[in-house]
Formats: sequence, C-alpha cells, structure tokens
Amino acid sequence: MSPRLRWRKFVSGFMLTMTGVCALVAVSVLFLILGYLVYHGGASINWNFFTKLPVPVGETGGGMANAILGSAKMLLLATLFGVPIGFLGAIYLAEFSGSTTAFVVRYAADLLNGVPSIVIGIFAYSLVVHPFKQYSTLAGGFALGLMMIPITLRSTEEFLRAVPRALREAAMALGASKWKTIASVIVPAAYRGILTAILLAFARVAGETAPLLFTALGNQFWSPGWQQPTASLPVMIYTYALAPYDDWHRQAWAAGLVLLGLILIINIVARAILSRGIAVPRT
Amino acid sequence: MATTTTTVPNAGPVSGSRSFLSRLREGDEIARMITFLFAASVVLVTVLLVFELWQGSALARHKFGFNFFRTSVWDPIFEQFGALPFIYGTLVTAAVSLLIAVPLGIGAAIFLAELAPARVSDTLEFFIDLLAAVPSVIYGVLGIFIVVPLMRQYVQPALKHSLGFLPLFQGPAYGVGFLTAGIVLAIMVIPYIISVSREVLLSVPRDQREAALSLGATRWESTWKVVVPFARAGIFGSIFLALARALGETMAVTMVIGNTPKISASLLSPGYSIAAVIANEFTEATGELHTQSLIELGLVLFLLTFILNGLARLLIVATSQRGSGMGQT
Repeated sequence: MSPRLRWRKFVSGFMLTMTGVCALVAVSVLFLILGYLVYHGGASINWNFFTKLPVPVGETGGGMANAILGSAKMLLLATLFGVPIGFLGAIYLAEFSGSTTAFVVRYAADLLNGVPSIVIGIFAYSLVVHPFKQYSTLAGGFALGLMMIPITLRSTEEFLRAVPRALREAAMALGASKWKTIASVIVPAAYRGILTAILLAFARVAGETAPLLFTALGNQFWSPGWQQPTASLPVMIYTYALAPYDDWHRQAWAAGLVLLGLILIINIVARAILSRGIAVPRT
Repeated sequence: MATTTTTVPNAGPVSGSRSFLSRLREGDEIARMITFLFAASVVLVTVLLVFELWQGSALARHKFGFNFFRTSVWDPIFEQFGALPFIYGTLVTAAVSLLIAVPLGIGAAIFLAELAPARVSDTLEFFIDLLAAVPSVIYGVLGIFIVVPLMRQYVQPALKHSLGFLPLFQGPAYGVGFLTAGIVLAIMVIPYIISVSREVLLSVPRDQREAALSLGATRWESTWKVVVPFARAGIFGSIFLALARALGETMAVTMVIGNTPKISASLLSPGYSIAAVIANEFTEATGELHTQSLIELGLVLFLLTFILNGLARLLIVATSQRGSGMGQT
C-alpha cells in the first residue's frame, strides 16, 4: 500500500468516525436534558404540585394546579379552533381544489408555519386582547390554535393524498357521491395519519411560551371562565426560573419535567399510531 | 346506493362529471363550499397577520423611517427608538449558533444517511425528532441553570486566557451573553439541520456513490466529494431553515442573552435580541409609540424569517427533485 493510499484511508476512517461522534453528541443532548430535569425536578413532583395553588414567596410547598388547568383550557380552545380549520382545509386541498388555489393555500400555511411564535403573540394581542382590553384564556387559546392550523393542514393533506387511488375509484364505482367517498372511505383510510398529525400539532403548541406572554399573561390564582388572565405551565416555568428564589427554581424544574414528559409521551404515542397504520406517505 | 339513478344519465362525454344540480343534491357542492371556506380562512388569517403587523407599526415607521435600523438609542421615556442593538444581537447569536450547529449537524446527518445501518439510523432519527419537540422554555431553563454557570466558571475564563488577545473574547465573564445564547441556540437548531440534511442525503441516487467508489475513491471521498456536493442545495436549505428558527427564537435567548441593549464586539458581553425585547417589553410598553416600535420589530422578524423560509423550501424541493429524477433514469 502506497503511503498516499494509506493516508487517504486514514482520512476516510477518521472523518467517518467524526461523523459518528457528531451523531452521538446530538442524540446525547436529549438524554442530558431528560437527566437534568429528572435530577433537579423529580423530587419536587408530588401530589401538591398537581393540586395546590402557588404560594407566596417565603412559604414552602404549593403547586401549579392553576397553571396546569390554564394550559389544559387553552389547549382545548386551540384544538377546537385549529384542528377543524386544518382538517377541513386539508380535505379541500386534497380532494376539491384546483392547483392554483391549492398553491395559494399551501403557501399561506407554510408562511404561517414559519412565523416566529413571538410574532403570533403580537398578532393575537392586536386581534383579541387589544380590542377587548383584556388578557384572557381565550386570547391564549387563539394564539396556540393559530399555530396548530398549518401543522394539521399540511400533514393531513399529505396523508389524504397518500390514500390509494383504487380506494376512491372503488367507492365512486359503487355510486357513492364524492363527499360520501371522502367521509366513509378516504378519511377512515387515513385516520391514523390524521390523528398523528393532530397529536404532533398539539404537542408542538403545548410547550409554546412566547405567544402566551401577552395573550394569557399569567395569574397566581385560579382563572374562572374564559375571559381572565390565566397561568399556564410554560409561562410559569419561565417566570419561576428567572425569579431569584430557590424554592421557585425547584418548582420550575418540576414543571419542566412534567411539561417535557407530556410532550415526549404524546410524540411517542403519535409515532406509534403511525407506524402501525396503512396509507403512510413516505415523508 | 340511492344515487345510482342520478349518476347514469349525466355522464356527459365532454366533462365526464355530473351536473351542478345533481352534485348539489348529493352534497358534493355543499361539502366543497364548506371545506373551501376553511381553506380560505387559512389564507385570510395569514393576510390579516401581515396587515396587522404593517398597520400596527405605522406610527413608528413614519416617525423613524429608516433611522429605526440605524440608531441604537432605545429610550421609552424620551420616545426614541432605534433597533440596531437588537438587530445586532439577533444576527450575532444566530451566526454563532450556525458556526457550531452546521458542522455538527451535517456531520451527524452524514453518519445517519451514509454510514449507519437503516435500523440504527431510524432509531437515532427518532431521538432527533424527539429532541426537535423539546419546547424552547426548557432549553432556557437548562440554559440559565446549567450552561450559564458552566460558561462563567470554565468556558469564558478559558477563552479569555487562550484567545483573550482577540476583541471577540474580552471583558468580564458574566456567563450570560452572545456566546451563551449562540450555544443554546445551536443545540436547539441542530435537530432541524440533521433531519432535513439526512432526508436530502438519502435522496441522492445510489449510482453516484457507486460510480465514485468504482473509480477508487475511499468511502469518505465518495461521501464528501460526490454525495455532499450533489445534495448541496438541500443542505443549504436545511441551514436556512435553522437560521430562520434561530432568528425567531424567543424564550431560550431571552433567558440567557443578558437583556442589555448594547453593541459590543466581545461575544462574552451581554446583549439583546429582537425577539427578547418584544417578549420583555410588550406588556409593559409605556406609550403608543413604544408598542408600535415593538410591533415594527415583529415585522422585521417576520420578514427575515419569511425570506429565509422561502429560500430554504426552494432549495430543499430543488434537491430532492433532482435526486429522485436522476434516480429514475
């Protein structure tokens, strides 16, 4: 073997090893994050965390029950607002629309998807908070729902398009009208994919903080109804982490662990649903 | 079903579809209109968003004009608003993050696409996808409690000691600052670079690799001199995507950048970013002009990410089409 070839082989082996190291470093970050959260936050998760209100500085104990409820309410609103628009819009794109309309809608959705979440917050503020002069659960839910639309829309459309043509033709050949074909054949065939898309959109907005800062604001107490400022888990993590109190830091870690746990579980479930499904597009 | 009678007589030779009335009776037209309304609302919302940003910043745009981007005084009391420190901070942190994330991300993507067996690659990609799902506020928490102390105690003193003669690494080690924000951002955008680059690399036709190897190239040479250049546009696309994310990222940056509106050559000094100043000041804005200036910053952020995302999409689509197109011939 000539020295030149030996050198080239050495370079090849070395660089390929380095790429492996890169991959290892990237993946290990996930486990580092999980490890730190469990280490710092695990001990502070107890029954009180889920059932009690935050306590004033200086008192120990207390929990984030109001933040958990606030997040749940806003996510419910977001789902009710974002999923129908995304889902029905996707049906239009996949089944009815001409190519120009489809292009415009898709373009708008991609644009919306790329908007930084803080800008979504500004938009929700000027549309919902400013006219009513009131920070509210409603405004927070609206902001999160906006972010769910493009994710639901684009992936639902992909899954609908992946339904084999033969299924459509079979339904049509039996004399079913187009909407009947969609409702009873195409959507059921793609439902796993659609469910995955919705779950992933949900998980994506569940951890969003920036759009809530000036829509839902925050609250140390319960927020009855839908028209008052409300606490939420992500904003609570943010304020508690920046506060100068050790006890709050512990709570922030615990809340972070709960939030990340929830998001990772939804992600894993979503992918598990998909991997057993039919009509999976190659993405 | 009952519809058979209506479909048969209307099977016209030209259009091949049924008449409007019969489609209306069967509900097709109604379904079409309803779903169209929902699809149209997506466009409407997006247009409204741009309109609100434009309208909401009118006062600030008229008052300051282009000086908004050139001056660096940000004084809510005297109503002087210049965005230069925020723009500077946003660009510097994004640049630092790309310097770290691009080599690491592309390296990892090469490993996943070229070296790792399919099962290993898919498993690792699964973890990478989970990593991309971690919310930014969590990165922020880890940033202030783990990264900032590390930077203050070890990394920044070491940098000053070894590279302190450069203006980039001077001044006291606060822990927070451009460098720390850049590092946290890098960790956040790496998953995007890896996922997209891996897809693009996987779409490079097999013949390209085989041709290189059969000419006597080593595995690395075939990867670096043939496969990567072939996928170049798509990899740049993934970088633009990451850049767009880094520019718009709010929470993690706000928590570790130091929130000090000043322009400093040193990466160790605290700074501010566009998204961070919006997050911190929007609810407490003192006057109409203050709010409007913050909305104008939002508009700037929107335009930046809009351009970058558009470029990224073009590049990625172009590469994957090129890959699959040549693979078929």
